[in-house]
Amino acid sequence: MQVVQLQALNDFGEWRDKARALLAAGVGPEAVSWREPGGAAGLFEDAMQLHGNRPVGAVPPAFIELARQAILHADPERFALLYRFLWRLLGDRGLIETASDPDLSRLTRMASAVRRDSHKMKAFVRFKAIVDDSGLERFAAWFEPEHYTLEATAPFFARRFDGMIWAIVTPYRSAYWDGESLAFGPGGQKSDVPQDDAVEGDWKTYFGSIFNPARLKVAMMKSEMPVKYWRNLPEAELIAPLIRGAREMEAAMIERATTQPPSRHVRHRERAAPVAADEHAMASLGDLRAAVEGCQRCPLYEQATQAVFGEGPETAEVMFVGEQPGDQEDLAGKPFIGPAGQVLDAALAKSGIDRGRVYVTNAVKHFKFEPRGKRRIHQRPDGGEIQACKFWLEHEIGLIKPKVIVALGATAAQSLLGRAVTIGKARGAPIPLDDGTLLFVTNHPSYLLRIPDAAGKAREQAKFEADLTAVRAAMAGGSGGG
Amino acid sequence: MAALTLRRKLAILSDAAKYDASCASSGTEKRSSVGTGGIGSTEGSGICHSYAPDGRCISLLKILLTNFCVYDCIYCVNRSSSNVTRARFNVAEVVRLTLDFYKRNYIEGLFLSSGIIRSPDYTMEELVRVARSLREEHLFGGYIHLKVIPNAAPELLAEAGRWADRLSTNIEMPTDIGLEALAPEKKPSEIRTAMARVRGKLDEARPDSKARAKPQKFAPAGQSTQMIVGADAADDGAILNRAAGLYSGYKLRRVYYSAFSPIPDASSRLPLKPPPLMREHRLYQADWLIRFYGFDVPEIISGGQDGLLDLAIDPKLAWALRNRARFPVNVNRADREMLLRVPGLGTRSVDRMLATRRHHSLRLDDVARIAGAIDKVRPFIEAADWTPGGLTDHAGLRARLTPAPEQLSLF
Repeated sequence: MQVVQLQALNDFGEWRDKARALLAAGVGPEAVSWREPGGAAGLFEDAMQLHGNRPVGAVPPAFIELARQAILHADPERFALLYRFLWRLLGDRGLIETASDPDLSRLTRMASAVRRDSHKMKAFVRFKAIVDDSGLERFAAWFEPEHYTLEATAPFFARRFDGMIWAIVTPYRSAYWDGESLAFGPGGQKSDVPQDDAVEGDWKTYFGSIFNPARLKVAMMKSEMPVKYWRNLPEAELIAPLIRGAREMEAAMIERATTQPPSRHVRHRERAAPVAADEHAMASLGDLRAAVEGCQRCPLYEQATQAVFGEGPETAEVMFVGEQPGDQEDLAGKPFIGPAGQVLDAALAKSGIDRGRVYVTNAVKHFKFEPRGKRRIHQRPDGGEIQACKFWLEHEIGLIKPKVIVALGATAAQSLLGRAVTIGKARGAPIPLDDGTLLFVTNHPSYLLRIPDAAGKAREQAKFEADLTAVRAAMAGGSGGG
Repeated sequence: MAALTLRRKLAILSDAAKYDASCASSGTEKRSSVGTGGIGSTEGSGICHSYAPDGRCISLLKILLTNFCVYDCIYCVNRSSSNVTRARFNVAEVVRLTLDFYKRNYIEGLFLSSGIIRSPDYTMEELVRVARSLREEHLFGGYIHLKVIPNAAPELLAEAGRWADRLSTNIEMPTDIGLEALAPEKKPSEIRTAMARVRGKLDEARPDSKARAKPQKFAPAGQSTQMIVGADAADDGAILNRAAGLYSGYKLRRVYYSAFSPIPDASSRLPLKPPPLMREHRLYQADWLIRFYGFDVPEIISGGQDGLLDLAIDPKLAWALRNRARFPVNVNRADREMLLRVPGLGTRSVDRMLATRRHHSLRLDDVARIAGAIDKVRPFIEAADWTPGGLTDHAGLRARLTPAPEQLSLF
């Protein structure tokens, strides 16, 4: 039997060197006895003198990762287990992917216990402060990890507490940060760190106050914060009394009768004059814009961000009416700012219509969509929604009194004509409305965006621009007629 | 009136903050204090530093700047007509508490909210001042979550996003009608507009490979919201429809569902009893199914009754039991989408099964090892050595798969 006496409890490098030497010497796992430091060495056993630390074979990187973690486990058999698995792995590389192998599954469980232990150290270390006469704060914590995880976890604290001087003392080792570098020393005991801290009382106050007695879930707490950690958590002493008092507190909250509001509330109510806007005062676009925000004439308000009202000068001679705001218009609260708006802008410019003198709005003011994951898929408004929203469009027309209205797409045309029309038939010649306004019907600009082939797109683009040119002609020539 | 001690204020203003369910500190950028002389780091996944007996994680110092509030939202412990004790922190006090707690490793950072005082701008400015002081004066690199006050000025929102990891605006109620009934001063469209603005800023901050200049940082852990469950009559269908709409529109990282909980000095217009906590749990499960499993709201709701989810079994199992014609699913041939619909199989299990079956066909044992537990899975799958036979359509299947009611935990 070869005895290997280790100097460190959890030094992967040391174990690797020994393992390499054993492999080089051809010593099989059954012939090695691994000894932790501090363990009683057999009186008559001579620790083997091992030589050589050169690589002796190739192993998958996953094994190195696994071994670095598993070696931190407190199980005294970890070194032997790792060596046995390594021995077998060199004969069969596929072993690292055989999750059902007993050695591998044990090592995997050990590594995961180590990761959990390290995570719990990050969570449950509690520093206590000592302030010296110069006002300098120094911090120290006593922590009892289940495995040998301090060295692996201390860099986390170094990354987190650069500007602090701190120490973490565990039974097997201690870590120090002086503000510049991390050092390790021997283990210690609880009395090595201060017992009191000036802020602990505040922390306990917080713990007791953030707890909601109406939602007692003790098993959940215990699974995430196992009882074995409680003895070093200052807040843990509150747990039992909080649970005992919880039912009472909840019952008291429920039973307490509602009190009269404080006078401050009453004063505030009196000061705040009722701001209920007169729904019927719609004398200006501003009034309309304010009123449409609360519109619940159809259910679309429920999912949309906001009502998107028209935009443009009150003196506009021409009004463009689209279907409804799209995704971007809904988010920004402005009409025709998305892709379709850009198509419209370009076509207006080409037809010589000044965008700044045009009023743009939609037949339906709220965005109708179907949620699909992280996207909202546009849906056409139905007849009822168009009818409900006509109220607002009519008010806009009534205030602006445009000479020419352009219906962009079938929804707008339906709203303005009160019946469904086909664009192909209705476009080209203006339709005089009852009040003398000229209505042009053309495609919605988003239609142009959806045409897949370039030739078709160019054809439709030309038709769209021709329609707008006719609109421009009507604007210019219509001033005398009307 | 005697001035309140800092500790008394802390008790009042953390008690007032506990109805916000979120305590998440995950999903932000990586930061380290090394070389800064400051303190604070974030490494992707959050850390729960403690657990209260309500089973909830304590990761952040979650407090209100003040519980004075001009609003009178019926469901809220801080509504103006309530007689709870009022308190107010100043900026320096919150900064000191955060640093003191952080240095002792009690917390990952700060979640700061506030009652509305004076105006939305004034309130938001106060929240921003705390975050600015922590970051600029104290080189604090820990996690910061700030509440967005609807209608606050865009510049304040931009600055909030510069200092904070996460921003949130609570939608509060599942329906607009519900919100108007219980929170008369809050306008649903204003809350959604606040979320839309945050989304716009998040889009602007997204690194653009074409642009040379790096965009200004904005809330790297995104935005979230919260809905109160069981304070009004809205059913689970309404709640999930609202959530799906919010996820699709505002790039929310999370929607939190908070079972309405009795509050001190409650209004008589509130229900007397809280909804079962299980309802909240089922909503979270359903939320997961919508986001990661390809389910839509009507499908999930079809597994329950009258617009409510089944409290006895999880929503995926409930759906599967109502749609047995689509099972059993062959684990060696089915696509990812269909495997995700098998009760008892999570996204990770499904991905591991897909990887493994490229090498050899899956037996029931393999599935059991990958999924951890097989009982719930077995009736719904076919494997190389397994077919459920009549089990899938067995009349007693639901009863067999319904877990025994949870025992109360003794202490």
